[in-house]
Amino acid sequence: MATELDKVEVVTVGVGWTGGIIAAELAKNGVQVVGLERGKPRDTEDFQHIHDEYRYAIRYDLMQDLSKETITFRNNRDERALPMRQLGSFLMGEGLGGAGVHWDGQVYRFLPYDLEIKTHTDEKYGADKLGDDYTLQDWGISYDELEPYFYKFEETTGISGDADSMPQSAPRNNPYPTPRMKETPVTKRFKDAASNLDLHPFHIPSANLSEAYENPDGQNIQQCQYCGFCERFGCEYGAKSTPNVTVIPTAQETDNFELRMNANVTEVLYDGDKANGVKYVDLQTGEEFIQPADIVVLTSWVMNNTRLLLNSEIGRPYDPETRSGVIGKNYCYQMRPTATGFFEEEKFNTYMGAGALGAAIDDYNGDNFDHSDVDFIHGGVITVNQQGQRPINNNVVPNDTPNWGQTFKSESLKYFYRTLTVGSQGASMPHRNNYLSLDPDYTDSNGYPLLRLTYDYTDQDRSLHAYLAERSVEIMKEMGADHVEASEMTDHYNIVPYQTTHNTGGVIMGDDPETSAVNNYSQMWDVDNLFVIGASAFAHNGGYNPTGTVGALAYRAAEGIMQFREENGQLVQGKKNTKVT
Amino acid sequence: MADEKDAKKQSEMSRRKFMKNTGYVAGGAIGGGLLGSLLGTNFLGDNQQTSPENTNEENNFNRALMYFTKQSDFDILRAATERIFPEDDNGPGAIELGIPFFIDHQLAGAYGHNDREYMQGPFYPGSDFQGYQTRLKRHEVFDVGIQAIEKQSQNDFNASFVDLEGEQQDEILQQFQDGDVDLKGVTATTFFELLRSATIEGAYADPLYGGNGNMEGWVMKEYPGNYMSYIDEIEEEEFIEKEPKALQSHISS
Ligand SMILES: Cc1cc2nc3c(=O)[nH]c(=O)nc-3n(C[C@H](O)[C@H](O)[C@H](O)COP(=O)(O)OP(=O)(O)OC[C@H]3O[C@@H](n4cnc5c(N)ncnc54)[C@H](O)[C@@H]3O)c2cc1C
Ligand code: SF4
Repeated sequence: MATELDKVEVVTVGVGWTGGIIAAELAKNGVQVVGLERGKPRDTEDFQHIHDEYRYAIRYDLMQDLSKETITFRNNRDERALPMRQLGSFLMGEGLGGAGVHWDGQVYRFLPYDLEIKTHTDEKYGADKLGDDYTLQDWGISYDELEPYFYKFEETTGISGDADSMPQSAPRNNPYPTPRMKETPVTKRFKDAASNLDLHPFHIPSANLSEAYENPDGQNIQQCQYCGFCERFGCEYGAKSTPNVTVIPTAQETDNFELRMNANVTEVLYDGDKANGVKYVDLQTGEEFIQPADIVVLTSWVMNNTRLLLNSEIGRPYDPETRSGVIGKNYCYQMRPTATGFFEEEKFNTYMGAGALGAAIDDYNGDNFDHSDVDFIHGGVITVNQQGQRPINNNVVPNDTPNWGQTFKSESLKYFYRTLTVGSQGASMPHRNNYLSLDPDYTDSNGYPLLRLTYDYTDQDRSLHAYLAERSVEIMKEMGADHVEASEMTDHYNIVPYQTTHNTGGVIMGDDPETSAVNNYSQMWDVDNLFVIGASAFAHNGGYNPTGTVGALAYRAAEGIMQFREENGQLVQGKKNTKVT
Repeated sequence: MADEKDAKKQSEMSRRKFMKNTGYVAGGAIGGGLLGSLLGTNFLGDNQQTSPENTNEENNFNRALMYFTKQSDFDILRAATERIFPEDDNGPGAIELGIPFFIDHQLAGAYGHNDREYMQGPFYPGSDFQGYQTRLKRHEVFDVGIQAIEKQSQNDFNASFVDLEGEQQDEILQQFQDGDVDLKGVTATTFFELLRSATIEGAYADPLYGGNGNMEGWVMKEYPGNYMSYIDEIEEEEFIEKEPKALQSHISS
């Protein structure tokens, strides 16, 4: 029998970036919030021995324990989905701060084009540019509406950037709170090459701060030391903006936030009309609790947000056969086209670096170039990153080299500091056959069905990959590499090698309750007091890292929740003005 | 054999030169272990009784087995890792770096027992794109794999794997990588990929895990290990060589 606790006003599931933002914004405004997080607590003190590639980058010490819960995966509906038994393609966060602890900190705003992609594409290229199998949708919000929330996230996190050098990126009303990071020989070389090619290079906006900064909530973030142990690691200085050094302490400094660790939420309690709270297991005692709440907020990342809704039987599950339903729909990922340059005569100090240290161009992103003569839409930011090259993870050798033995050894030693990679985050368009659902066979350690991922590359992906790889090769050649190798796509999407943790979709945002799950405040169309926040709301995936946009949506959702407390009901009028049941 | 000795001497020479060039010796970081290994190979030779890791690590009490129970299994592992990451002109190979001990210790712990991996059934073979799908835990995969290496060696060459010439050992390992050998409960490719990645991990993981002996894996790669800050050097054009530093320097005890 689950123990029923006293009702609270707001409960959040997961305390990472989105959960932290909701906690800070509501608690500051006098709202009582309980944050349930299934992982352990941690702060900067826990990161003093973090420079350990094996423990943190290879054995994934900070990430989700898959023995308790994972996903299952198959390339298509005719296959049997099998468990992702070990981490690989993407790395789910776990513990206080979520993936916000071990992220890189590259912070972008999605383009105005992204938010109105369907309208724009149809108008400019005709309604059948991609064909009927691509389930492209507008997001139900314009860039101008979202702009202040982007800034709110950047201000809270103190992002270091140089707005003046970004003419093709999303327009800004304010400069970045701190100056861009340092220029290194690597970033300079990329920028010179890009300029020679008449492209428009800029420094990647960074949450590894270029200087010490106090944010509007009074939290201090330190200056980045370019230590090279950022991606997959926590920062030993508190110099990387994470929920743990920004929003979570802000919430904790009020009397309104209660954080409960080791609390694994298994269900949202739902009476067919509204959410009444959540059920969770205390992982240390095995005890079950019911936490009643006026407002329930899912802030548990893409996969978990979707899974909790499906396991709680909330909303209409997406069915690829009939194309009806919305929960699980429009799952997207990203392509990673790259060009690796081999430099025979030069060595770069690439053991130094920071998660978000790098340079980029937006010339081939969004609709910044004309797509009339290509058979794909969108594109991606093309970057060079200097993140701190680690020896286990980086053994780049020319393509025809075996991957073990004497030649491998000497070639991987030789090229360790003699290669640079230019690469893109290729945007991913939704396709009817790529979606999330519940697995019929496999369960988690509590007996609940695992989430099942059905995903493969589409023709759009292959064309986009080829195009961006070619552009990357041009830049790398201009950078002076003696020999350049472009990446090639595998026959199918592979769950094994790490690619990116920019998974999106499943609980998408839109202006029509028929085709989307949440409105532009991340409020569920079907359930007024349930908010679902994160990249799960992205109706497609853009050509950038997601968290700048996730942060903006979270600040907007916080405002929505405040408004809902006053007004109740739907905050947005659905396009068709019908509530689908 | 004579060839091998010469090659060895040469490699020893270039390794010294290499370390001198990287400032490793000049920096005064040369320790008993490293000196021992130079002496060991020069004067004692590389025979069974005085294998490099024994001479190398005379006082290293971590050089004992936590997982393997038979010396002969461990010897096959040693020989296989040495082919994957061999000693050459650049410097030491798997054995001298302590990689077999690294793997042995890892197999005894969370890694070997897949503690943080989903190991619930049912188990099905899976496609090439679905990843690790076996009911065997990693330590069992190594058991099965090592026995299969020996069996394949007896089959192909009528001799134990540890007694084969290097190229013959490579031939056997290649069959595993290509999935041309049938193993019980796991594919040969899965085993080989585990063996290969564990070997590379042992070469470059912090020496605290028992591999990367004397940080020589890092020395070969000119990797400085972990420094707290590069803020004053990140803008430099020239390549900056640094004496490597291990995690040991972070602990106050
Ligand atoms: C290695 C890496 C590098 C990255 N780099 C970048 C980058 O440079 N730029 C960028 O924009 N993005 C980056 N990201 C992505 C970024 O980390 C995420 O977009 C962001 O953290 C998402 O925030 P979130 O709140 O949705 O989820 P998270 O921050 O992951 O938080 C979710 C939390 O919910 C908890 N939780 C889940 N399920 C439950 C449950 N049932 N009960 C209780 N708690 C639960 C989890 O334990 C977790 O703590 C990176 C990610 C990784 C892994
Ligand atoms: S690179 Fe900078 S932000 Fe990243 S961990 Fe090191 S000091 Fe912290």
